[in-house]
Amino acid sequence: MAKNIKLMQGNEAIAEGAIIAGCNFFAGYPITPSSEIAELLSSKLPKTGGVFLQMEDEISALGAVLGAALGGAKAITASSGPGISLKQEHIGYASMSEIPCVIVNVMRGGPSTGLPTLPAQSDIMQAKWGTHGDHAIIAIVPSSVNESLYETIRAFNLSIKYRTPVLILTDEIIGHMREKVVVPDKSDVDIIDVKLPDVPPEEYNPYNYTSGAVTPLAPMGEGYRYHVTGLIHGETGFPSQKTETIKNAQNWLIDKIYKNIEDIEKFDEFQTEDADILVVAYGSTSRSTRQAVMMARTAGIKAGMFRPITIWPFPEKQISNLSKRIKKILVPEMNMGQIILEIQRNACESQVYGLNVVTGEPITPDQIYAKIKEIAES
Amino acid sequence: MIKTKFDYDKYLRKNTLPHIWCPGCGDGIILKALLRAIDKCEYPKDDVVVASGIGCASRLPGYVDFNTIHTTHGRALTFATGIKMFKPRLKVIAISGDGDALAIGGNHFIHAARRNIDITMIIFNNYTYGMTGGQYSPTQPLGTYSTTTSFGSIEQPFDACNLAQAAGATWVGRSTSYHAVQLEKFIVSALKHTGFSVLEVITNCHISFGRRNKMKSPVEMVKYQKEKAIPIRSAENMSDEELAGRFKTGIFLENTDKPEFSSEYRKMAETLKTK
Amino acid sequence: MNDRIEFRFSGSGGQGLILAGIILADAAAIYEDKNAVQTQSYGPEARGGSSKSEVIVSDSPIEYPKATKVDYMVALTQESFNKYIDDVKETGIVIADKELVTDFSKARGKLYVIDMVKSAREELGKVLGLNIIALGVLVEISGIVSHESIKNALIKRVPSGFEDYNKKAIEIGFKLGKEIKNNN
Repeated sequence: MAKNIKLMQGNEAIAEGAIIAGCNFFAGYPITPSSEIAELLSSKLPKTGGVFLQMEDEISALGAVLGAALGGAKAITASSGPGISLKQEHIGYASMSEIPCVIVNVMRGGPSTGLPTLPAQSDIMQAKWGTHGDHAIIAIVPSSVNESLYETIRAFNLSIKYRTPVLILTDEIIGHMREKVVVPDKSDVDIIDVKLPDVPPEEYNPYNYTSGAVTPLAPMGEGYRYHVTGLIHGETGFPSQKTETIKNAQNWLIDKIYKNIEDIEKFDEFQTEDADILVVAYGSTSRSTRQAVMMARTAGIKAGMFRPITIWPFPEKQISNLSKRIKKILVPEMNMGQIILEIQRNACESQVYGLNVVTGEPITPDQIYAKIKEIAES
Repeated sequence: MIKTKFDYDKYLRKNTLPHIWCPGCGDGIILKALLRAIDKCEYPKDDVVVASGIGCASRLPGYVDFNTIHTTHGRALTFATGIKMFKPRLKVIAISGDGDALAIGGNHFIHAARRNIDITMIIFNNYTYGMTGGQYSPTQPLGTYSTTTSFGSIEQPFDACNLAQAAGATWVGRSTSYHAVQLEKFIVSALKHTGFSVLEVITNCHISFGRRNKMKSPVEMVKYQKEKAIPIRSAENMSDEELAGRFKTGIFLENTDKPEFSSEYRKMAETLKTK
Repeated sequence: MNDRIEFRFSGSGGQGLILAGIILADAAAIYEDKNAVQTQSYGPEARGGSSKSEVIVSDSPIEYPKATKVDYMVALTQESFNKYIDDVKETGIVIADKELVTDFSKARGKLYVIDMVKSAREELGKVLGLNIIALGVLVEISGIVSHESIKNALIKRVPSGFEDYNKKAIEIGFKLGKEIKNNN
């Protein structure tokens, strides 16, 4: 069978990936540079039996997504900086109540209204720490249009498997650029579906903090009546202020992600085997980095790239291991220095350099190459 | 006439009781009226969703044996909208206080009304933020006192029923926790209505509101409800002076002509499928 | 990376530059099995302002998606000509419309000034389709994709009912491109 190859935008690939993943609910609010995702799903979802809603604001958009997800929907919302800031309380609610959903942030320059039509990577730390309280989150940073499609499918799978909100962090460049995508058939990709629990309703607890296994979220309206709250709750779902319950609930939110990090993490390495200089780059910046690494190799500098695709939980072990043999690490980012903090924390044995370009323009291969050269000569 | 005792246990989650409400609070009366109304409508428990926001009233879902969602402050209607649109066969009820519904959740309130989505919203209006200690709310009457209006409120209050009607709700009514029989009847009517139905229930918070406004006992507050409530028909013949400080009770609007949102969406989707 | 060729369409919002870029990228990526990336940048205006749409075509995978050393640039306003010409290579080619761009003091590379608006007015009856004429000129001069590929991509991307109009527009572009090639 001929491959289904299309030229499409990053935002379009996310919408396409969502449909392939079985997404049947979108609620959002218009915001540049993410609006194409809403526009495309507004025409696709009603035809496939799904629901598209344009809500009255960013907060209600995620509220509706969570309501639908409680009903058993595979639900997604998409936004950008200011909208993601407004969504933070509901991201915390999804985390606390363990409601699966996918949240796309097509990053633009900030803070505040910032640069609506220009790219940035400045919401990386917000993705991890944006909502209040201790919690773990999964965040994915695709670096191409093709990857946007496949990572959206993976985001849905992870969200259901671990009952957690999953963030997809693209940026204005990836979101709006067009390139080739190999569109898979639904049967060619692994898809995790929403399921009823294995136990009858009378034995069902919506939460389980101690067995290590993630309890499936029973879709509401199917006979499993339970309570959902943003208050700390016991395994039955009802609020509790018992110290033991608080401890278990809090640990569980972190453990269910970090104890499964090997299943959740995903990364890509390019010419790191013999590298003297490691460049850690993600998203659109990794494209320039790959080119800069090739330029460096041509010039006789042994550079390599490590590219996290899952950025949260952060691939701490990989960075720590690489740091044992590569003593110079460069971290180019379209922000004032965010993921570099994680590198510094984990690459204790290396000298870590930042390249922070915040101009509304992507970082060019020339800029990264110049910095690699400077480091090589230092 | 022999009245059999209503079996509340059928609907209560007894393991979550006692409730957090203060002795003398009106919220329990509304809870009981709601359970009797749901029973009258014969909705299977599995098909009922009760979503709430944050506040005293919003603790109600925890006590009742349905599909229950205690959401974030002001956002009950956003979750309710999501689940109703995804599973339209479910009966969705939103429980909210006056601050929850009309201040922090005001935007969702008017937009749910504009869409005319089939959700029944019950606003427990006690004129105050009781859970946080009695700060002034968007329905607090002019000149009354709270922990944040020490000199008397100078802000104009919202009339939730006028607001609901203006925004497009198709069933709008008001009762009180004193008028428990009428309340049950109104809830039945609101539940049976297809479209966005808003029932405002004046309830008493003698602890946070009454105590600061010369009604420190539940009895005084219930008397206030009894005396200040004027049925719509009686109000028709009263002057503005006579109506000052009072509130109307009754069903203000029951409009079955306006299309309901979730069914309109399905209709649209059906036409697309056949193409 | 020598096979990387960079194209830039520049003008103002509403001239259809992004569509021209998409059609070129589609022709290269889908109809000729090359690699192509299309990007754009624009201001807050839906109409007016200056905007650009860029296409990189290469036989190798394309990493950096934006143009930095432009091989071919189309300019359909004076403002965009001035604003975006600096990255054109010494050996690059700039195609400007004769009526819309008149001040060439900032010119770089090889300059082709072509009567595209006039041809549109005379042969199509209106200026609508100027973007497609410019695309035709660009394809003819660069030879980046075949006439057949660009026409296939064009038909797929233009609104139904306007296929013939656009086919006519691209042919005008081919013709103007050929004329200028022969004269140089």
